[in-house]
Amino acid sequence: MSRKQKKTLLRIGLAALLLVGAALLPVEGLWKALAFAVPWLVIGWDVLWDAVRGIAHGQVFDEKFLMAVATIGAFAIGEYPEAAAVMLFYQIGEWFQSVAVGRSRKSIAALMDIRPEYAVVLREGEEQEVDPEEVAIGETILLRPGERVPLDGSVLEGSGSLNTAALTGESLPVDVGPGDRVISGSINLTGLLRVRVESAYEDSTVSRILELVENSAEKKAKVESFITRFARWYTPCVVIGALLLGLVPPLFVGNWGEWIHRALIFLVVSCPCALVVSVPLSFFGGIGGASRAGILIKGANDLETLASVDTVAFDKTGTLTQGSFQVDAVHPRELEADALLDIAAAAESHSTHPVAESIVKAHGGHIDPARLGEINELAGLGLQAEVDGETFYVGNGKLMDQVGADWHECHLPGTVVHIARGKEYLGHIVINDTLKPDAASAMAALKELGVKRTVLLSGDRQRVAEAVAKDLGLDEVRAELLPEQKVEEVEKLLESGAKLAFVGDGINDAPVLARADVGIAMGALGSDAAIESADVVLMDDKPSRIALAVKIARKTMGIVRQNIAFALGVKFIILILGALGIADLWLAVFGDVGVLILAILNAMRCLLPVKE
Amino acid sequence: MKKTFKLEDLDCANCAAKMETAINKLEGVQKATVSFMTQKLTLEAEDDKFDEVLKAAVKCIAKVEPDCRVILK
Repeated sequence: MSRKQKKTLLRIGLAALLLVGAALLPVEGLWKALAFAVPWLVIGWDVLWDAVRGIAHGQVFDEKFLMAVATIGAFAIGEYPEAAAVMLFYQIGEWFQSVAVGRSRKSIAALMDIRPEYAVVLREGEEQEVDPEEVAIGETILLRPGERVPLDGSVLEGSGSLNTAALTGESLPVDVGPGDRVISGSINLTGLLRVRVESAYEDSTVSRILELVENSAEKKAKVESFITRFARWYTPCVVIGALLLGLVPPLFVGNWGEWIHRALIFLVVSCPCALVVSVPLSFFGGIGGASRAGILIKGANDLETLASVDTVAFDKTGTLTQGSFQVDAVHPRELEADALLDIAAAAESHSTHPVAESIVKAHGGHIDPARLGEINELAGLGLQAEVDGETFYVGNGKLMDQVGADWHECHLPGTVVHIARGKEYLGHIVINDTLKPDAASAMAALKELGVKRTVLLSGDRQRVAEAVAKDLGLDEVRAELLPEQKVEEVEKLLESGAKLAFVGDGINDAPVLARADVGIAMGALGSDAAIESADVVLMDDKPSRIALAVKIARKTMGIVRQNIAFALGVKFIILILGALGIADLWLAVFGDVGVLILAILNAMRCLLPVKE
Repeated sequence: MKKTFKLEDLDCANCAAKMETAINKLEGVQKATVSFMTQKLTLEAEDDKFDEVLKAAVKCIAKVEPDCRVILK
């Protein structure tokens, strides 16, 4: 609690005591009015003062002014206890709102407490503690156990384990050693690391995340704008209603006191505060809660759309698969499997293509460079390599056709690398991308949430894409797509009326991410272009987080709707009862402060973690 | 140009909404958001008029909530 809040709390207590005291005093008439005026002034002097200032600025529909008018009116018609109580409860409501919102703000700030305070940089052999913003790319920083990684980089020396929970929601520490990437914002748990800085502070992961979250409040949801627009009309309408109710009927039927009493009820419920506070608070909570689970949602509008998603399209490589290839099978025709792998690995040993690397990795052993002769890369086909004095062709079916080898397709799906010695076909190696361990459960979870269609949009070959879709249980497959064809497919889905989320990771997915209703990017720790154009970023690359994100979005929207229905419902009922003369000022206070407090408490539920 | 300013003692959500509406009506403002949750004003306005617009925006804020202060850095 801030000092201001503590002071207000004291005033509330004091005013409450004075109010009880006034009620116990055996006085009548003017003395009674004076007795209740004391707590009224103690709790309300600042409201009255602000009301005067507001009027000086032409703020007629200022809530403080309306409260002032309502309570003065109550005094005028002789409802002294009500007058003091309305003011007291109004202040209690304001105090509660300020404390509750402050607390949510703080807890979200704590979730996002990933800002590194300093960096220890090695300059001319000396350790210097500097602001992370002052460190240049290429400098070496030192990370001691317990310290937060200030900048993205790669480990030069040492090994340790990093806690990335604040970034990814993943509680298992990640082990790193020389050559591994470290991400700013994670915490070094053990070991001393020397790290080469690879990005300036403003481009580092930590600043990008903070910027995303801080800006999320700017992108307002439709329902938020609706509430603001509604609030602009609601107060003037209710105030005009109060004026008409207080002035017109008594002209015909008399009994001024009664009608003014009814008009005052209108004034007390004229503040749309419960709605105006609780809706953004809900979104703020939902976005904050999601970021704790490693799901960054860029705006309240994105959360809103996410809640109504009924179709999810996926990119394959890097999204549902790990993007790291491995040899699945070796099918030799003439030689031993090891010998075939040995030839392929030798031929591919200089290539940096992921497929080539996977073959070399599967071979595992040492490849003597002296065995290699001339190597020619044949674009789109493979390569021709001289190994141990003989000429080999390593590549796809087209290459085999060209050299006239008698080759055949493999019955397994995947990337197939064929090998021939001259014209003689030796066999092939099947390579596949490994599926992410939670990919299948992610699909099941989406189905359980009522997502109607799941579609795989892949640039890979039909057979491979189909195999993946079948393994994971996706409904539809479109394969062999070029990046622009992916956009076309997404547009087709959108035309068919789907509320579409697209999940992708690569640079080439950026246009598709931008086109879908909600773009979800994998790999906050990866491709910048994808993160830039996406609306939601999954920090730990886990597809199972998609269902969680949808759940959080739905819960938030549910709470928003409950609050709108509840606050509006109660207010309208009180307005009607008030106009008919059934409600009293006590009920009106509940309609104002009670609804405000309940709506805020309900909105704060958005902050609670959602189970996966 | 787009800049963000911290708001101190912004106590009421409805006031934040009113400020936002008023600032968006100012001449030269491309987009303004007043966030009650983050207690921030984000102002986007034409470069050459920015200081002028900012002054007018500060006035708008004082009009709606006299206690609220804009922290100008």
